[in-house]
Amino acid sequence: MSSNAAAAVAVPRLEKTGRVTQMRVAASEWTKLHSLRSTRWSLAVAVILTIGLPLLFATVVGTHWAHMAPRERANRHPLDIALAGVNLSQLAIAVLGVLIITGEYSTGMIRASFTAVPRRLPVLWAKLGVYAVVVAVLAVPSVLLAFWGSQQVLAQHHILQISLSSPGVARSVLGGAAYLVVLGMFAMAIGAIIRNTAGGIATFAAIFFVIPPLMNVLPTSWNNAISKYLPDAAGRDVFSLTHGPHDLAPGPGFALFCGYTALAIAIAAVLLVRRDT
Amino acid sequence: MGSVIEARGLTKDYGDKRAVDALDFDVRPGIVTGFLGPNGSGKSTTMRLILGLDAPTAGTVTLDGKRYREFPAPLHEVGALLEARSVHTGRSAYNHLLALAQTHGIGRRRVNELVDLVGLHEVARKRAGKFSLGMGQRLGIATALLGDPGTLILDEPVNGLDPEGIHWIRNLLKSLAAEGRTVFVSSHLMSEMALTADHLIVIGRGRLIADTSVAEFVLGASGGVVRVRSPQALRLQELVAGPDVSVASSEPGALEISGLSAQQVGETAAAHGIVLHELTPMQASLEEAFMELTREDVEFKAGELVEADEEPAA
Repeated sequence: MSSNAAAAVAVPRLEKTGRVTQMRVAASEWTKLHSLRSTRWSLAVAVILTIGLPLLFATVVGTHWAHMAPRERANRHPLDIALAGVNLSQLAIAVLGVLIITGEYSTGMIRASFTAVPRRLPVLWAKLGVYAVVVAVLAVPSVLLAFWGSQQVLAQHHILQISLSSPGVARSVLGGAAYLVVLGMFAMAIGAIIRNTAGGIATFAAIFFVIPPLMNVLPTSWNNAISKYLPDAAGRDVFSLTHGPHDLAPGPGFALFCGYTALAIAIAAVLLVRRDT
Repeated sequence: MGSVIEARGLTKDYGDKRAVDALDFDVRPGIVTGFLGPNGSGKSTTMRLILGLDAPTAGTVTLDGKRYREFPAPLHEVGALLEARSVHTGRSAYNHLLALAQTHGIGRRRVNELVDLVGLHEVARKRAGKFSLGMGQRLGIATALLGDPGTLILDEPVNGLDPEGIHWIRNLLKSLAAEGRTVFVSSHLMSEMALTADHLIVIGRGRLIADTSVAEFVLGASGGVVRVRSPQALRLQELVAGPDVSVASSEPGALEISGLSAQQVGETAAAHGIVLHELTPMQASLEEAFMELTREDVEFKAGELVEADEEPAA
């Protein structure tokens, strides 16, 4: 910094100029994503939970197997163990999804982002795309490792062996990863609609953790008719091996879950363009 | 190289509060244009409207006839420093600049150049949340200059800077204007504008109060007061009396005459053989001129809850 009183400050010229493109905005969003400590932590926690929890449960079930009643043994399913981590890591994925958007609003970064990309929608598409790819790249190996690892542990006890080529098994295991990818985008859309971290996480928790158990208050026939169409239940269909009479099949369930996500994204996109920043 | 910022009937309501009220002004390239007004007068809102961050309730604001949103490469057209910090607190200054640069395909070399230019080299890898207000402002300036824009819109750029930094900003603004860029810079401090700006746009409570050169601004606001001392003060008072002339007297033998120039008062006195001991055209300072113009606004605000920050609720 110059302290010379009369010094003119020369700003170095920029020789090449380029325009805003969707790919460039995606590169920008990738930089934003990996340059935050909170992102790295959330994703690390999600991976550790997805892989670690099945290993833990497999060990516990394996060591207690000898003391378990036949009926209790019959209720154990290797896929439930292999995908146990997804139930917990979904929280980390969802919170991060909300945070990627609301963090920009709470810090004021969104003004810089929208000044650079005033059409705004490329920012939303880039955030969704980059996050989906990042979650997919981490979640697919994680669920495969969780499956393989938990099977290895169970094999030492000679119990609950299942093959990835058995009907529905590969679909369930990879479905766990697919669920996390779409869930992350759903949470991000909620973040974009609510624009506030606490409000966004609370809204997500209400949809996924509060409303489903509330359905039990309704008459059973109503509960059975309605609950399967909720985002939470529809999303889980893709990584459940077995489906009861009141569940949707994996395909339609997952399609419905994607539909909810697309709707949330559409609302977010309309509001993003219309609202003041 | 800079574009002309044109506001026409620019109006913005937040709920039932009118933040910007039918503003008409032009900001031209090649000079530093000061945007002056008390806190809460609508400066930041106007700047957000220019950048398309908020949509006007009525009217338009364009850059060379185009709305900001229509530029395919906005960072090359306009560089902005917004008063409220626009930086993620968890990200380093370097990555903040890099992320914005990447939207336009601007490379890392440019980011490093600007980090050096604003003197943030040693802290560029630290989280921006740990920055002092002054360092935050420097990062904001670097952000504004990233795309080498023809037009700069800076909201209170000297806030939080040390004297050396303030000096640097003044030189920077003048250099940028001298290169032919449009420089539009807001402040609530008249004294700051007096040192930097060539032209002034003054607003109060969202309305345009003055659009004038700095020199004219002082002249207009001083109201042409002439101070006279004379042993025949009372006689002179009678002689200069007229419909557009008002005379005040703060002490015996002294008059403050407004509505006439010093020359006119002197000639009247000479024509009637009145002895003058003093004949002084009074120059109001810029600060006084500004206070005079925005007095209504300040009086109004003192009666209600004064908003220190004009940021609307998100």
